[in-house]
Amino acid sequence: MNVITIKELRFCWKGQASDTLSIKQISITKGEHVLLCGESGSGKTTLLNLLAGILSPSSGELNVLDQNLQALKPSKRDRFRADHMGIIFQQFNLLPYLSVVDNVTLPCQFSPLRAKKAGDDKQTAIRLLDHLGLDEALCQGTVSELSVGQQQRVAAARALIGQPEIIIADEPTSSLDTNKRDHFLKLLFQEANAQNSTIIFVSHDPAISGHFSKIIELADINRI
Amino acid sequence: MILLKLTWKSLWNRRINLILTVVSIAISVALLIGVEYLNKETKASFLNTVSGTDLVVGARSGPIQLLLYSVFHIGNATNNIGWDSYQKIAHNKYVKWTIPLSLGDSHKGFRVLGTNQDYFAHFKYGEKQVLVFSQGKPFAGVYDAVLGASVADKLGYKIGDKIIVAHGGGATSFSLHKDKPFTVTGILKPTGTPVDQTVLVTLEGIEAIHIDWRSGAPTGIKISAEKAAKMDLTPKVITAFLVGMKNRITSFKVQREINNYSHEALLAILPGVALADLWHTLGQFETVLRIITLFVVIAGLLGMLTSIISTLNERRREMAILRATGAHPSQIFLLFIIEAFILSFLGALLGMLIVFIGVIVAQPWVLSHYGLHLHTWMPNLMDAAILALVILFAVLFCLLPSWIAYRRSLQDGLSVKL
Repeated sequence: MNVITIKELRFCWKGQASDTLSIKQISITKGEHVLLCGESGSGKTTLLNLLAGILSPSSGELNVLDQNLQALKPSKRDRFRADHMGIIFQQFNLLPYLSVVDNVTLPCQFSPLRAKKAGDDKQTAIRLLDHLGLDEALCQGTVSELSVGQQQRVAAARALIGQPEIIIADEPTSSLDTNKRDHFLKLLFQEANAQNSTIIFVSHDPAISGHFSKIIELADINRI
Repeated sequence: MILLKLTWKSLWNRRINLILTVVSIAISVALLIGVEYLNKETKASFLNTVSGTDLVVGARSGPIQLLLYSVFHIGNATNNIGWDSYQKIAHNKYVKWTIPLSLGDSHKGFRVLGTNQDYFAHFKYGEKQVLVFSQGKPFAGVYDAVLGASVADKLGYKIGDKIIVAHGGGATSFSLHKDKPFTVTGILKPTGTPVDQTVLVTLEGIEAIHIDWRSGAPTGIKISAEKAAKMDLTPKVITAFLVGMKNRITSFKVQREINNYSHEALLAILPGVALADLWHTLGQFETVLRIITLFVVIAGLLGMLTSIISTLNERRREMAILRATGAHPSQIFLLFIIEAFILSFLGALLGMLIVFIGVIVAQPWVLSHYGLHLHTWMPNLMDAAILALVILFAVLFCLLPSWIAYRRSLQDGLSVKL
């Protein structure tokens, strides 16, 4: 079953003469771990914004979970993202004024569907954090007490909570050293597999490609 | 709900900076409410002082001037009125009572008021309350004096003390009626009216201390206190008098009669009407004051706006995180509106608290210095309207940063700018 299907997708920023993205075809199946590589400026972030439903393609087909995103109104797309996607940024993923656990349960506040799937969201958050190697003492503290690596694991827990079908990670390991990076990937994959989530991982670091079942080189598929 | 929680936690995280914002709003709101409150209290207090009086009669001048010098002891009389005129009007068939007032002397800055027993019998203040003694009794002899509560309190007098009356007003008069001291026979309870600041003596006493004076200066002929007391001390003139009607409706009729009195140029006023005239005169000033305080409130809210706008850049990431976890741009917009609402609401509440506590703290001081009884401040409909208006303005102002944040969250999407 295809989680994401892209056909003849073109995207052009408003006011620009030429397209930023022009992709003939991408299909990603359920449970796959996909690495999306490319140099900076190659349109990675634009593609992520399209997948997340924040940007709309200029033309072409973009289906996520058999839903044509263009057919949805912006507010519905936001709801769709909240329901079905977990997102991890490069760094500074967390709200400094919320506790670690409250940061993790944030998606449940915006998505009743994920709240329902998560059950007791605080317990689920603590369980996820535990699986990702953060002990409970840290969970009760503030975000600022955590190291960068720990913060990224909290962000991973937030992306995972409520079992969204798709996890989008935008270079989440770029500020981690090699050991921590591999450890983070291992734990993330383990949890994603446990709930059968598809991972779309963006990176320009070729060293991690061995961890992924599928690699998309944006330079190869983008016809610009 | 989640938005409220997020806003509150975010605000709490930035509380050190925001306390100043809230305090500046609070001070401006306190000023706005305080001015309205003082305005109302002053008017109520003035009205309280004349609550039992139907007419005030004095020499012809301006109605406001007559009211101010006769009842409130502000300013001086331009002229006196004859005792015979007073007697004539006092015996008018519609008149129930009169209180003669003879002003012009003072004691250590407090006004000395010559009057008679009718003052204690008929003078009413507040809600038609009569004067009550805390110690002693009304004056009986020529050289007896009754003190207002503040006079006794400030100068530390008690029953039996001797006081020397000075000629003219002011705290440092050099012409003293040293030869004819008065004895304190009674001290009144506080009334919250100018009575508290007054030394009451008999009309005869006023006559006696001036018996060897002519044109405001001693004549050189000395007449002793004992000798003076035995002379005819019926006053020839008084400053003004208060009138109570048998039936209030006849006030207008008697007022007209007095104003048309042919033997002497007299003026009778209805104190309520004269007060209304006074407030009308001061109305412009009030309006200016209101506009100034309104601008102070706007300045306070602009301070809040500045502090919110200055955080927009550093909170850009926060907005991106919220977007990524499922918040709609309109919810980002709302976050800022809620923030403005909470800040202005807290500011307005704190402002009201400042007024409330301020009034409680100021009450005794204002009473002793100005004879003004302040009622404890309680929010009324007007204050609720002010609160609503302040919040409305705050939210309107905050539309700008909310809109900027909204636009940015649409543009930025998931790409987080540092």
